[in-house]
Amino acid sequence: MLDLINVSYDTQIPNNVGLSSDRKVLKALERWHPGYINWWNDLIPENFQKSDVYLRTAVSVDPKGWAKFDYVKMPEYRWGVLLAPQVEDRTVPCGEHYGQPAWQEVPGEYRNMLKRLIVIQGDTEPGSVEQQRFLGKTAPSLYDLRNLFQVNVEEGRHLWAMVYLLFKYFGRDGREEADDLLRRSSGSEEAPRMLGAFNEETPDWLSFFMFTYFTDRDGKMQLESLAQSGFDPLSRTCRFMLTEEAHHMFVGETGVGRIVERTCQAMKEAGISDPYDIDKIRDLGVIDLPTIQKKLNLHYSLSLDLFGQEVSTNAANAFNAGIKGRYMEQRIDDDHRLTGDTYVVRSVRDGTIVTEDVPALTAINMRLRDDYVRDASGGVGRWNKAIAKAGVDFELKLPHEGFHRQIGVFSSVNVDPEGKILSREEWEAKSKDWLPTKADGDFIQSLMVPCYEPGQFASWIAPPKVGIDNKPGDFEYVKLHMA
Amino acid sequence: MTKAIDFQTDPSKYRHWRVEYDGPVANLFMDVDEDGGLFDGYQLKLNSYDLGVDIELSDIVQRMRFEHPEVKVVVMQSGKDRVFCAGANIRMLGGAAHSHKVNFCKFTNETRNTFEAAEADSGQKYIAAVKGACAGGGYELALACNHIMLTDDSSSSVALPEVPLLAVLPGTGGLTRVTDKRRVRRDLADVFCSMEEGVRGKRAQDWRLVDEVIPNSKFDETVARRAREFAAQSPKADVTQGITLGPISRTITDDAITYSLVEVALDRAGRKATITIHGPDEPAPESADALVAQGDQGYMLRLARELDDAILHLRLNEMTLGNWVFRSQGDPEAVLEHEALILDHRDHWLANEIAQYWKRVLKRIDVTSRSLVALVEHGSCFAGMLAEILWAVDRSYMMEDEFEGDNRALAAIHLSDGNFGAYPMGNDLTRLQTRFYGTPEAVGTAKEAIGEAIEAERAEELGLVTYIYDDIDWEDEIRIFLEERASFSPDAMTGMEANLRFAGPETMETRIFGRLTAWQNWIFNRPNAVGPNGALQRYGTGQRGDYDMERV
Ligand SMILES: [Fe+2]
Ligand SMILES: [Fe+2]
Repeated sequence: MLDLINVSYDTQIPNNVGLSSDRKVLKALERWHPGYINWWNDLIPENFQKSDVYLRTAVSVDPKGWAKFDYVKMPEYRWGVLLAPQVEDRTVPCGEHYGQPAWQEVPGEYRNMLKRLIVIQGDTEPGSVEQQRFLGKTAPSLYDLRNLFQVNVEEGRHLWAMVYLLFKYFGRDGREEADDLLRRSSGSEEAPRMLGAFNEETPDWLSFFMFTYFTDRDGKMQLESLAQSGFDPLSRTCRFMLTEEAHHMFVGETGVGRIVERTCQAMKEAGISDPYDIDKIRDLGVIDLPTIQKKLNLHYSLSLDLFGQEVSTNAANAFNAGIKGRYMEQRIDDDHRLTGDTYVVRSVRDGTIVTEDVPALTAINMRLRDDYVRDASGGVGRWNKAIAKAGVDFELKLPHEGFHRQIGVFSSVNVDPEGKILSREEWEAKSKDWLPTKADGDFIQSLMVPCYEPGQFASWIAPPKVGIDNKPGDFEYVKLHMA
Repeated sequence: MTKAIDFQTDPSKYRHWRVEYDGPVANLFMDVDEDGGLFDGYQLKLNSYDLGVDIELSDIVQRMRFEHPEVKVVVMQSGKDRVFCAGANIRMLGGAAHSHKVNFCKFTNETRNTFEAAEADSGQKYIAAVKGACAGGGYELALACNHIMLTDDSSSSVALPEVPLLAVLPGTGGLTRVTDKRRVRRDLADVFCSMEEGVRGKRAQDWRLVDEVIPNSKFDETVARRAREFAAQSPKADVTQGITLGPISRTITDDAITYSLVEVALDRAGRKATITIHGPDEPAPESADALVAQGDQGYMLRLARELDDAILHLRLNEMTLGNWVFRSQGDPEAVLEHEALILDHRDHWLANEIAQYWKRVLKRIDVTSRSLVALVEHGSCFAGMLAEILWAVDRSYMMEDEFEGDNRALAAIHLSDGNFGAYPMGNDLTRLQTRFYGTPEAVGTAKEAIGEAIEAERAEELGLVTYIYDDIDWEDEIRIFLEERASFSPDAMTGMEANLRFAGPETMETRIFGRLTAWQNWIFNRPNAVGPNGALQRYGTGQRGDYDMERV
């Protein structure tokens, strides 16, 4: 049991920010820590809390050895506060302060804007843990169970990272916001998470993999643009978080890939060539490819919504202030101020989708979303390669960016996956072909039975090609505590 | 206009005014030296005035009360033939930066309010004896007097010609006093304010623009008689001897202004001025006589004069310092003792004058167009009248609990009876009444705390400060607040603060500082007045202003 009273911060919380001598943050953390542990313990079922999980723990920011693997009970996980090393003479990379020394303290005039960005980012981190809280009970293998917990503890650490910034730089307001991060909860009527996608359920493992592939990737893009912040502590925090985020997307991409692989393999073994022969395929205890496409459509469109309005004054202000840059800002060859530039955005005029040039400053969200779309298409290509290799005639596709949108210019129209605008009735009549239905969900749910034997995998998913930390296939990633 | 403006003067330096003392009557002559303008580029013809003329007037009004408490009636009159006063100098206004015009108007408004209130506050009644043209700011001077006498020589008139002539407003209280104080019928006021030539003789009296119209042959004699009558009727107690207001102790350097009890640190990069007020350096006098014996060296008066000067200096000479930070250091009990001596002897002339002066200084803070913040630190002495500063400012921050390495007395606020009526604001409410406009019972709760050393948590509970911070948060929160404030548009800040500071009922004073001034300052920004073809620029060229006729 963790000693809540006398937490030894330098040992319990790995950090490279001199926590033990930072009285201010220390005091705030001492107050906040018990609430965090309560939140964690309420979320994860007790038998998992007592299990030994083979987790990696961030212990330094040295790119060569930032993590170490070992068995650990999750409530004793060492959630660290780690910032990427300070870049010497770093300057504000964009906006009106371009080229000035990066801020080591919060500039007063941007305090509220910065706080808002940090709070929104911080709110997503615990949100996903809440969404995934029931998945452990139906894990298809100990390997996947371990990956789920790894993602969960790291999202918890990301929350710590944001809370650290709030405590360190935002005084009383920051402390109140940090408390609210634990008060809000995914799907709650009282106090839901701030962004829609983080209030959706993650009912099954296919959803989990889609979520980590698509929604964590939004997180990655947001972190990439915050890593460009002229507020240096935020930049450093986000740069380090990105090293962890890569693993979450790995879990997503390989998870979906392994399901696809298993489905194709089962079809082949059963001699089924038509991917739309759904009932037969389902009888094999695997998930048919059209259903996987529907899940993809859902998670992709929800994730696009996270980028906000295509044309946004808030985004323009944040960029111009130098507190949020573009993806790979330093590699972009322009003046990094964008005061005279334009950018192409899609919008809806008189019932058709058109493109138009708008001031580039206001199209920052759109640009990041375009970068996201490119980034997200990579894994889809790899999944398709596996399908083709198996000889199945099917291709997974990213639907049109206007499909099934709740936010932005497309929210006012009904767009099919090909990008055609339909009437409400037409769209509703066909949406069952594009989005998972209740029956689809029930079917997937029927497959969700736990498989806790070391080296064993559920019927609908293939084993991974290599183990975590190069462990052999029958490695016991989670030593389950059996009550 | 870059040269520093000094608000300190004394009778030996006057160029524009003289005073003849005759027992309870003082004759105040306006005789402006044409070549004595504060800046180059204009001549002060026809008894027109600029800020320099008004600084002298302000000094006279102040000395009248402290140095000449025997005076019960002041007769304001012209030292020139055929003109009483032509008002503010138009060429000066035409050449002045907007910020100077605004600050000039604010100061002249404050001076007029001061002599207008002299009758109620100290029993000194001001008579305007108007002979010759009395136009614009000239009539506004008369309007601020308690009694206006106009000679009926078929040419002397009172007028507010600003609108037709200059496309600006009679903005030094003119429009407001015509309706609110003189209670001129509004349609007649409309006629009066749109005519250049003004109103003469009996009609001026009929329209309530003056109190008396007197045949020219009997004018001087009647004025003298009226002054003696008023003096005889005055309820003001006889005082034989005033005190002398000597020069204040002040050193101005590049980044600081240092007085005996006030220090001002100027931070131009951070756009802020930090005003530190020190507590008493000597025990309170034990009696009113002892107070008189201390003269201008007594704590209460010395501090008020120094603070007053600091405010004026910063307003006019340091316009980019948009944030003022008020601090204090000293023994709060000692402040209370000094204040108590004053408040306990309100029937004594000097104690009364000092209390009234504090009222005026605090009002100056109220109407200062800067972001004002008070820091209640350990070792501070926000007690009694100094505590008023906490509710004059836009926000206040107070230290909570002990700070590491800081052994000063824990920050505490001390209330006194003075906080419940001695220093009303321009809206005629106390600062606490204004602060608690929505929760009047909070004033009563605060009153029960008189005698307590009100530390941070209690101060927050009583609503006396905005935020309390311990030493973990203190520095950062203050820094961030000041940085944020310094980044906002100064115009928006001025507008926001001026609107939020004066909750509650309108008075003539708030209408002058709020409504009239705001409209005037709007007009001061419009091309119809100040553009190259605007009326102010064209004045004297024979051409009228070329107006954009769109109504906005
Ligand atoms: Fe995360
Ligand atoms: Fe993540």
